[in-house]
Amino acid sequence: MTGYHLAHFNAARLRAPLDDPAIAGFVAGLGPINALADRSPGLVWRLAEGPAGDATTVRPAEPDVIVTLSVWESLEALRAFTYQSEHLDYLRQRRDWFVPLGYRASLVLWWIPAGTLPTPEEGVARLRALGANGPSPDAFTFRAPFPAPTDAGPSPLPLHA
Amino acid sequence: MDDSGLTAVSALTDGVRRAAYREVISAGGVPVGRDEVAAALGVGRTLAAHHLDKLVDAGLLEVTYARRTGRSGPGAGRPAKLYRVAAAEHEVSVPPRAYRTAAELLAEAVERTGADVALFDAARAHGRAAPSAASAASAASAAEVLAAHGYLPHEEDGRIELRNCPFHRLAGQFPPLICGMNLAIVEGLLEGHGLDAAWEARMDAAPGRCCVTLSNSKNKSD
Repeated sequence: MTGYHLAHFNAARLRAPLDDPAIAGFVAGLGPINALADRSPGLVWRLAEGPAGDATTVRPAEPDVIVTLSVWESLEALRAFTYQSEHLDYLRQRRDWFVPLGYRASLVLWWIPAGTLPTPEEGVARLRALGANGPSPDAFTFRAPFPAPTDAGPSPLPLHA
Repeated sequence: MDDSGLTAVSALTDGVRRAAYREVISAGGVPVGRDEVAAALGVGRTLAAHHLDKLVDAGLLEVTYARRTGRSGPGAGRPAKLYRVAAAEHEVSVPPRAYRTAAELLAEAVERTGADVALFDAARAHGRAAPSAASAASAASAAEVLAAHGYLPHEEDGRIELRNCPFHRLAGQFPPLICGMNLAIVEGLLEGHGLDAAWEARMDAAPGRCCVTLSNSKNKSD
């Protein structure tokens, strides 16, 4: 067990406001999918701000961009929830609810010391770093993952937003 | 050029060995023993074991050990040597063609532009129009149609699991996109063969198999 957890940040540009019938399917899924995440093995923490506890009121990037931010024990645990559960069918329908973000990536992963929490603003900065520089140990993806730092190694480089 | 694909494929030139490989493949992910393969092929155990081990050497199969009967503890006997299809993929094109790279780049572009819906529409149309060896028979079953398209269907209790994903590697890299495409292909295949009234395909992601499963609509309403 390393002293690091995996931070996950995702951003999505809404096709319509949350109260619009066009994206009722997305809104209806928020509760069940968040509940699924909460009972998934390996979830350490997720951002659950706002009256519904779904963080849809958190808009650190742009007014029409909603985000998810969570912390997991491992890449495998996050992958299992994201792609090997009912969540995959929800993801499959993403274009009914979201337009392309206009950034080069919409999802970013990075390692954090266990016991610390990431912020949405940090997520935005990591996402932009990923888009600008491609995957690195500071900002990577499922397709190009990096291993957790070893405690014996140097501490993670500070991120230049 | 990496010759590992050629090495793997050339290991299959022997007819008995090819039959042994097919036998293991048809078990899906379930490991099989040399006795089962020997019986299915009508050859001796030693010959079956010889070919199975050659397939392991070529990277086409991998070995696991397990007690077959579910017994454990003293008296359960030694674990049997079992064979299953190796996770590695082997691709051969002579001369070299990089369709896998092309597929990855196209998937990346579809993802960036958000053209998922266009891909799903194209996939459903492809499934509807796809001829299959099974459709030559006037009333091919869903399992036959899916088998003809490489899915290794396993039917049980009005439900079909697909034990091979034809897009395995790409699906691992772009899950919502490629699994969504795959679901649309399967739906198209059912429609194209007039099977969509009897069978319903849905996304049902789980480790170790295709993300799509089918259920028999008639069974469901019982």
